[in-house]
Amino acid sequence: MVMQALYDTLKQRFPLGELTVQRDNLAFITVEAVRLYPLLRYLRDHEGFSHLVLLTAVDWLEDGQFQLTYLLNNRAKCQDVGLRVMIPRDKPEMESIHDLWPAAATYQRELREMFGIDFPGSPRLEEEFILEGWHGIPPYRRDFDTLAYARETFRDRPGRETRDPAQHMKQQLYGDKGDV
Amino acid sequence: MKEELLKRIVKTPDGQEIEVDPLLDYYCQEGPTVQPPAYTAIIEKLFNWARSESLWILGFGTGCGAIEMRPLMTPRFDAYRYGIQWRPTPRQSNLFVISGYLSTKTLKRVIRSYEQMQGPKYVVGLGSCTINGGMYWDSYNTIKRLDDYLPVDVYIAGCMPRPEALLAGFEELKKIIRAGKAEGANLYAKNFEWYKANQKSVIHDWDMPDYNW
Amino acid sequence: MFELDRSQYPQKKPDGTLDIDLSSGKYLKLWQGPQHPGITGNMAIELTVCGDEVVEGKTHVGYLHRGFEKLMERRTFMQCFPIVCRICVPEPDFNEYCYAAAVEELAGLEVPEMANWIRTLILEMGRINSYLMYLGGQAGALGLGVIGQWTTYVRDLMLDRFEELTGARIYHMFILPGGVRDRLPEGFAGRMEKALQEIESTLGDVEKVMFHNAVFKKRTVGVGVIEAGWVDSYGITGPNARAAGVAKDVRKDQPYLVYPELDFELVTGKDSDIYARADVRRRDLLLSVDLIRQILAKMPKTGEVMAKLPNVLHWKIPRGETYVRGECSRGEYGYYLVTDGSGYPRRVNVRGPSYTHSIALFERMVINANISDVAALLVSLHTYPPEIER
Repeated sequence: MVMQALYDTLKQRFPLGELTVQRDNLAFITVEAVRLYPLLRYLRDHEGFSHLVLLTAVDWLEDGQFQLTYLLNNRAKCQDVGLRVMIPRDKPEMESIHDLWPAAATYQRELREMFGIDFPGSPRLEEEFILEGWHGIPPYRRDFDTLAYARETFRDRPGRETRDPAQHMKQQLYGDKGDV
Repeated sequence: MKEELLKRIVKTPDGQEIEVDPLLDYYCQEGPTVQPPAYTAIIEKLFNWARSESLWILGFGTGCGAIEMRPLMTPRFDAYRYGIQWRPTPRQSNLFVISGYLSTKTLKRVIRSYEQMQGPKYVVGLGSCTINGGMYWDSYNTIKRLDDYLPVDVYIAGCMPRPEALLAGFEELKKIIRAGKAEGANLYAKNFEWYKANQKSVIHDWDMPDYNW
Repeated sequence: MFELDRSQYPQKKPDGTLDIDLSSGKYLKLWQGPQHPGITGNMAIELTVCGDEVVEGKTHVGYLHRGFEKLMERRTFMQCFPIVCRICVPEPDFNEYCYAAAVEELAGLEVPEMANWIRTLILEMGRINSYLMYLGGQAGALGLGVIGQWTTYVRDLMLDRFEELTGARIYHMFILPGGVRDRLPEGFAGRMEKALQEIESTLGDVEKVMFHNAVFKKRTVGVGVIEAGWVDSYGITGPNARAAGVAKDVRKDQPYLVYPELDFELVTGKDSDIYARADVRRRDLLLSVDLIRQILAKMPKTGEVMAKLPNVLHWKIPRGETYVRGECSRGEYGYYLVTDGSGYPRRVNVRGPSYTHSIALFERMVINANISDVAALLVSLHTYPPEIER
């Protein structure tokens, strides 16, 4: 209910997308990429959402989109708002918000490295953050296969067995009684 | 490669200009050599006894195993009574405890620290992740077998091994040293090319000399 | 006090970076870590110094990166449970709780009340462990070695209680989606009380030797001040914010588990220097001791500890996203979980408090610090590298 009221207030000022109320104090709102910066500034300065909790991305490979999630917290009212921004996967680029929150620069460096999303103007974006000497697909993208990469890069010690848990449990519980 | 490692011209205080190539100038070009044992068996035995009773560990917590080092240093487990102590620099230590998984980024620093240690030197692999990847067997950023990259004397299994297991592992290492079988440093020198090839196959930006001590 | 003296400070270039000419001989680049006694865990700070004053500091992380968020995408919801605790070594229980709570919320599971009490108990025990580690580290960074010996000794007593309850010293793997693994063993409360008394008496000694120590005071009072205005812009949470006078604590702000039924007042400080942060943590530790006593006295004697789970091998959770947070010893710990209706999480993002503290905030604070204070400054932010890079 509270989140719906907030959504209605915001709606008067900004065109907003879909609202998902997850809990009484947590809601996610879809916004267009160009509307994000003014909306964040409005939320920070006028609605008391002054704490940027996290900034992260979700890879929707089948839709060809990245979802950026900006999660803001209002401590006085103990509310959280997550802003979802969909950006195209083939040209991942987003406005930097490091001038609203200096801490956001770190998140943007991580996203740049792990997802390959560009944030023009963000400080030290080109520097390596977590990985070193990484070539190829950024590792957090869905089309990067970590198992295949590990198999061809690092050698296994002989004798290691890997089992599919569902198959293994079936055998342990029912033996060779067939499908149950 | 990092800017400070590139070749460049440096101006000295008296106005001379000299060319500096950090990779060649700041490091020694000499490779590692195999150290033969002492002349007589009895002296070698004495040496080995002395070595086994003063295991000085390099204080480099490379992974989560480092958290059990603190209890080992304190009264309950007290590793000091076995002649084991922690040193802050590789120059003073002869035992490298690889405490857990190694990401490739850390592996680079570990190799450097290892090569800076004085021989004879020993390596203990701590935790299942140094043996065969352990929990991180499918991770793109952690190595699986430590002995591909460094000569390992003892492995201590577990995730994470208890302090008692560590103490038992150290005792095992002492036995190996006393028997004269802890030849890690010589093994490294003998198979230097093989170790380097393995190391370079996972460290993609190799911006240091092959052997830096 | 921590006044920015710009006299020594290098000029800024038009693009905002500092104009540091290393070949001028005025500046020296100095690496602290990853193999260095004055660093917390496996990370590195790259300092540019002018004399003994730091003009620029950069934090380098990634030495402990295992790619958890990627690994979890190819594990079922139950398979994720044993690996999440490995994200943060000294206080692993928060990972278990936040992950379990996020999964329960999206799957619509109801956790039995008894399980909530045991969860709270474990989280408070973990908080005590973490603070004891911190006190030893903070004193050790300033050369008081004996504090670390004492606190590690009492931490071992707490680890014994963990071992008795969960079977493990470090990685407990006790809080799983749906509840907890077991009830408290017979006579647990009595043995816990003994450990708590030992902790209290040791903390009394620590207060005398560390907090009343002239050297410790001289090197920490007025050093490394966090201004209250930075709290929001740098995303500061936990004791670092509370020492700056901002009473920010998820346990009060958004009470979770059984915290509404416990009676406690938040610990805050006002000076916001290294000393104030250490003091806030010491008093917060005593608060945790009190909370554990309350939990053991108030918790129900019987009851289920595990909700009925679907077949975990084929457990599918409908599409949704959520964020669950808790107050760990360093600040706000949170899990952002996205599911897509399959048997695997779509995306997990771990928000560790050290993420902002040790990068953005530390790089800001280290400017104009004395080089001998850097180790104490870094420890005073109470950062654990593994939760930064996961």
